Amino acid sequence: MIKILTQSTQFKEIKDFFEEIGQISLFTTRFFREAVNPPVEWKELFRQCYIIGNQSLFLVTVTGFIMGLVLTLQVRPTMLEFGAESYMPSMVGISIIREIGPMITALICAGKIGSSMGAELGSMKVTEQIDAMEVSGTNPFKYLVVTRVLACTLMLPLLVIAADTVGLLGSFFIEYTKGAVTPVLFFNKVFMTIEFGDLLPSTIKSFFFGLVIGIVGCYKGYTSKKGTAGVGTAANSAVVVASLMVFLVDLIAVLAADIFYDL
Amino acid sequence: MIKPTNILSNHPKIEKGKALIEIRDVQKSFGDNHVLRGFNLDLYEKENLVIVGKSGSGKSVLIKCFVRLVEMDSGSVKVLGKEISELGQKELDELRTEVGFLFQGSALYDSMTVRENLEFPLRRHPDKLRGEKVEDLVIEALESVGLAHAIDLMPAELSGGMKRRIALARTIILRPKIILYDEPTSGLDPITSKEIIQLILDIQQKYNTASLIITHDMDCARVISNRMVILRDGINYAEGTYAELVQLKDPKVQAFFK
Repeated sequence: MIKILTQSTQFKEIKDFFEEIGQISLFTTRFFREAVNPPVEWKELFRQCYIIGNQSLFLVTVTGFIMGLVLTLQVRPTMLEFGAESYMPSMVGISIIREIGPMITALICAGKIGSSMGAELGSMKVTEQIDAMEVSGTNPFKYLVVTRVLACTLMLPLLVIAADTVGLLGSFFIEYTKGAVTPVLFFNKVFMTIEFGDLLPSTIKSFFFGLVIGIVGCYKGYTSKKGTAGVGTAANSAVVVASLMVFLVDLIAVLAADIFYDL
Repeated sequence: MIKPTNILSNHPKIEKGKALIEIRDVQKSFGDNHVLRGFNLDLYEKENLVIVGKSGSGKSVLIKCFVRLVEMDSGSVKVLGKEISELGQKELDELRTEVGFLFQGSALYDSMTVRENLEFPLRRHPDKLRGEKVEDLVIEALESVGLAHAIDLMPAELSGGMKRRIALARTIILRPKIILYDEPTSGLDPITSKEIIQLILDIQQKYNTASLIITHDMDCARVISNRMVILRDGINYAEGTYAELVQLKDPKVQAFFK
């Protein structure tokens, strides 16, 4: 009896998992359909771009700076041991721009923006604000979801650029204080190493990071149920699922970059 | 099958005008829970029709079917002569501007000020401006509910009664022909409830709207209604004026008046 119950619970969980994947796919399809259909909610889109960029910029730059400091501090002794100190700027530059900058920024945004979208839309859902928008003859999906997802998709690459820049400054700070490297030498080394094949894939994957964070955050909020408890669940699962999706997108992006640019 | 409506219904004594909403055999289920089992109703011009029913009897589901916030399983809902299940999104949005909806929890957009809450529907439907300025219409709507001074406040700064009044102002700003009220007095103290009831009557007089009010507040029903429908077991169980229904001997009807 217990075994049967366990099996049925497991079956339900698997069924729910695939159902959720189906629902997210439909939600994403609807997003693309609504996004290309005029009119565009420009005012709300710019407002969301400002909110997402402005709210996350400080956190992203502080984290980026610390990331540059820590990476340099951790790697420096090993590089010294092999007499490869002169490769420090190149190594740090490649690491930050290809992988660490986009990933750290995306994970911070998954936490901050994903949870904020999940909670805000979830709260609007349970307090019938989304219904109120609908009965006033406004398309709430276009107004609330499309603008947020687009804003997230557009702003994330900009935040990644900010994090990369500040991360390199953090790395330079350590190199300057410990190794007495001049700014010109440090940044020359960095930019001589970085190629088009480093910048393009990381920029493209940043757009996709923004897209999945926006889609998951909005989906969780827009479809939240069970009252105020559902709002907390929506915010929480938005962060968890968005973070997992960021890793998945990163894996796909690295595999694709490996094929196209022979990393 | 016994149809209690046929047994208990009384002919309303108000003069029937044109039917603005016509509902025929509406059915709605959530899994095994059959909420509506063939509901029928007409709402006439300038009428205040009250639907009463126990909590969980499907009153809110019913009212949401009228504006397709909830899709019915079967049946027919005609609003202003249009079958709503056959409307495309654009036509439905246009129709929705003719039907105001006051939500139970007010549903004010809490990231916007009172002014922005009222401007929101107007900016989306500039054809509804009737040659007037947005600012003037917002102030007029707020004056109708006696809260012109609250124009720059955020919803979080308002009391429950004030929220309900602002939500009412937002509902009337597009000058709808029909207003649907979902529990307009729930969660309010008796004095504020009376104020809201009076406001509903004033607005109906001023804007000549037809109102459909969902409630389980019998005081509200007594004061507002021209006609009442009792929703029970998913059907319109009894129908008539308040005075007619209160005299019925049926225990299921009497339960509402005791």
